[in-house]
Amino acid sequence: MNEASLQREDVQVEVVAPAHEGDHAHPGARRYVEVAAFLAAVTAVEVGLYYTSLSGLLLVSILVGLAAIKFGMVAAYFMHLKFDGRLLRRLFVTGIILAFSVFTIALVTMDVLLK
Amino acid sequence: MQPNVLTWSAAGTPGEHDYAVTGIDSKKLGMWAFLASECLFFGALISSYLLYRTRGPADQRPGDVFDIPYTSVSSFVLLMSSLTMVLALAAIQQGDHRRLRLWLLATAMLGAVFVGGQVYEFTVFTHEGLNISSSVAATSFFVLTGFHGMHVTVGVLWLLSLVGMSMQGELPVSRSLDVEIAGLYWHFVDVVWIVIFTIVYLVPL
Repeated sequence: MNEASLQREDVQVEVVAPAHEGDHAHPGARRYVEVAAFLAAVTAVEVGLYYTSLSGLLLVSILVGLAAIKFGMVAAYFMHLKFDGRLLRRLFVTGIILAFSVFTIALVTMDVLLK
Repeated sequence: MQPNVLTWSAAGTPGEHDYAVTGIDSKKLGMWAFLASECLFFGALISSYLLYRTRGPADQRPGDVFDIPYTSVSSFVLLMSSLTMVLALAAIQQGDHRRLRLWLLATAMLGAVFVGGQVYEFTVFTHEGLNISSSVAATSFFVLTGFHGMHVTVGVLWLLSLVGMSMQGELPVSRSLDVEIAGLYWHFVDVVWIVIFTIVYLVPL
């Protein structure tokens, strides 16, 4: 069949969706609520730790670790980095690594972090 | 018979999406690039606070006047605003404009509560003798949290403008990306607060 013989009803128009490499469907409302509940629970643990007798490097390590988990959960699920293309993930992670590296080096140099 | 399929780029269609060679909408890519740069911006402010927080007279340091239970509630409010924001995005993607407006308004309200709480906190600190010029530690604290509060305020205005657009019928499903981009900004403001709350408020001096 050539193009000239195409009937009008045979033609289907389709908008091309962006080809996001590695894209997956976003989660539903139930998963979002579960993530929010988890984040609230971790925040409660953080505040609870503040009032415990833990101190020094152990407390700081746990608190920073929990904050990193919360950061990752929000970025992965609410900002959809887990489901969107790899390029976006790389872009954002590059910014985080750059900022973390630059300011860690600066603070170590100024004798703030290792004091 | 297999129907023939005519395809075209989404650029210039009613959705007005503009896909770059990456296959990602340019506005979305631009927002992620902006957020990556914001990591450096807030990284600088957080580092400044870490550097200066023990400088100055002992009674002029922010760490001594923190009200952790109060700030914990504020943090919880901002955290929950990320949930309402992502539910707003899910609503518009499902074509449910009533829920979209409801969740956007809820997000804006939670953001306003957070900013109001921050203004109250600053007022209390000022009454206790700690203001932006009290010490270099206080300056770095107020600049960091103040800039964050400003970001939240901009987010609230952005969300309210989306509500207005939706009420006027200018936010169809095909423009759900506009809500997604506002959401990215909002969630970023939330993750920055996660870091600030831990490093500034919870980590001991």
